[in-house]
Amino acid sequence: MLEEIGNNEDGDLVINVGPQHPATHGVLHLVITLNGETIKKVEPHLGYIHRSIEKMCESLTYRQFIYVTSRMDYLSSHINNHACALIIEKGMQIEVPPRAQVIRVLLDELTRIASHELWWGAMAMDLGAFTPFFHAFREREVINDIMEETCGARLTMNYMVPGGVLDDIHPNFIPSVKEFIKLYKRKIDEYAEMVTGNIIFQNRMKNVGILSAEDAISFGCSGPTLRACGVSCDVRKIYPYEIYNQLDFEEVLETSGDSFARYMVRIREMNQSVRIIEQLIDNIPEGEFQAKTKAVIKLPKSEFYQRVETARGEFGIYIVSEGGTTPYRIKFRSPGFSNLSALDHIARGGKIGDLVAMMGTLDLVIPDIDR
Amino acid sequence: MWSFNKIAIAIHEWLSHTFSAVWVTVIEMILAGIGVISLFAILGLVLVIMERKVSAWMQIRLGPNRVGPKGLLQSMADTLKLLVKESITPDGADKFLFNMAPILGIIVAMLLMAPIAFAKDFKMWDINIGVLYVSAISSLSVISILMAGWASNNKYSLLGAMRSGAQIVSYELSAGLAVLTIVVLTGTLNLNEIIASQANGWWIFKGHIPIFISFIIFIIAVTAETNRAPFDLAEAESELTAGFHTEYSGMKFALFFLAEYVNVFIVCAIGATIFLGGWMPFHIGHWEGFNHIMDFIPSSIWFFGKTFFLIFLIMWFRWTFPRLRIDQLLNLEWKYLLPISMVNLLVVTAMAILGWHF
Repeated sequence: MLEEIGNNEDGDLVINVGPQHPATHGVLHLVITLNGETIKKVEPHLGYIHRSIEKMCESLTYRQFIYVTSRMDYLSSHINNHACALIIEKGMQIEVPPRAQVIRVLLDELTRIASHELWWGAMAMDLGAFTPFFHAFREREVINDIMEETCGARLTMNYMVPGGVLDDIHPNFIPSVKEFIKLYKRKIDEYAEMVTGNIIFQNRMKNVGILSAEDAISFGCSGPTLRACGVSCDVRKIYPYEIYNQLDFEEVLETSGDSFARYMVRIREMNQSVRIIEQLIDNIPEGEFQAKTKAVIKLPKSEFYQRVETARGEFGIYIVSEGGTTPYRIKFRSPGFSNLSALDHIARGGKIGDLVAMMGTLDLVIPDIDR
Repeated sequence: MWSFNKIAIAIHEWLSHTFSAVWVTVIEMILAGIGVISLFAILGLVLVIMERKVSAWMQIRLGPNRVGPKGLLQSMADTLKLLVKESITPDGADKFLFNMAPILGIIVAMLLMAPIAFAKDFKMWDINIGVLYVSAISSLSVISILMAGWASNNKYSLLGAMRSGAQIVSYELSAGLAVLTIVVLTGTLNLNEIIASQANGWWIFKGHIPIFISFIIFIIAVTAETNRAPFDLAEAESELTAGFHTEYSGMKFALFFLAEYVNVFIVCAIGATIFLGGWMPFHIGHWEGFNHIMDFIPSSIWFFGKTFFLIFLIMWFRWTFPRLRIDQLLNLEWKYLLPISMVNLLVVTAMAILGWHF
């Protein structure tokens, strides 16, 4: 019967993981070749949620295309929007008021925490522990409520506009962020107790899915995936935008490059985000929240590139402008796509259970990969 | 004092007055059968709702709270839904084995019920090799899983079944050796006599550290044997969608589900019988007053209390730990649990010979 149920020429078992599978967190399709439980090859098939966002953006004006980018990496939509706003401000040479800059950074870091919270819960669930998922969502819910108050939305915020932010922060914003920070500091120890320190968890993560620094760079990995290999790549440090160069925070680096290192980078990154928020939350300058901009934005005839650090890595926008109201050509460099390309390399020789754990630590968001 | 035994004797006497001896036997067999099946169904319903409530409590949720008072009838509604669902047999499946597997699973679970003493003097079958019988029958459950995985003609099912085969066969050794320590101490395979030997104290208290170790090994091994998290590799939903029962639907799925929960109940009942004194009440040395109060609690409550405590423990594991990987699972058994339980068995044997227990 084995022959009937789909072995390949070499007699290996070929299994389709996805597009509907609990571990892929979306419509990712992996064709994995197995020898018993051991993985010989992983072949990602993309395109199930391709919406041709890049092409769509060519027919949208510079004010409109920001809103489409929220639908790519929906877990860090603020940061995507931020990149769009930055590239337009760069092209138009708009000076963003300091109040708007601080609000933007605050919201970026809140988004990063929310994204990592969700990742933490989902990854624990990939490893078979259900309970952390609910605990992570409890804290993420607080951030979502803050976002809802200030931005009016919980997932696709669309709060960043060229020249600043859409509206001033809600009066409750500062107290509720402080409340959240207090809550977070209590809960992060609980996370460590529940997952990080668990012996089964550590055995599942350590020395699994090792990615060397050279390979990571050649695959174009970025963000926590690359920083776990010991390569400094935080856009906030290397190409600082907004007020990141005035802030006191560390770039989190681990050296082992295994699943556990990627896990620890994200956990420690949350603490750094909290540190940034603590520095800013009492020092939001008074003033305008939005610079005066022209109603119709026309970027000069040129090429522009802007990168930001999303929760998953380096997100870049490349715009070719012909001087019109819409971009001539637009290209997004999404972190998930490059990080996914390393999956085959690190999964070979591992077990099926490891593959799921590795996919968890790469923190894939499928609409970000497919666009 | 209310007890099952008195009810059973009353029924037996009434039947003997009314019918001839042959008919009494036949009717009693039918009654026992109905009793097992209804106990089975009730246990399934109770354990499912218990699991959902326990998980909800651990996961800061409310759990089912719509059907019936506090959602207690939720599993009834679920059963009804599963009963009326179409049970699909996939095209490529081996039809006979595919339909046979859940039935075999449930038969094994039912057979295991026989030698368990649910209360004082209340059991279906007083067999003198109860321990041997239980370990022999429980090893059959792997056949139904292998059958289901193979016959489904699904790669996920096959992988799940193979994992489960390796897992159950290995962990049976540790479970068996852990139970053997008590057999060595009591010198009997009869579950009733094992309970009787605990009249002056449960084995977990009077067996010193070695018995406590074997209790822990027993709990780990039976968690693995019943395919419960963190050893739920056979179904590992994040890896194999649903493992060996991926292709099952409707009542056939429900039978697997029921068999899993009843198996959990049975292994916990065996654990309670062997290590925690079965229906024996909790006694402390010469505190006559205290002991008398403990005696006043019906023996069935003692038995079910201990069993459900162990079930809660196993549920607690499930909702706390991440899943092990297949090689780590086998390492744990062959490199750690098995050597430990072998040495432990030797220590207990020495203890029994030298009379170092209470």
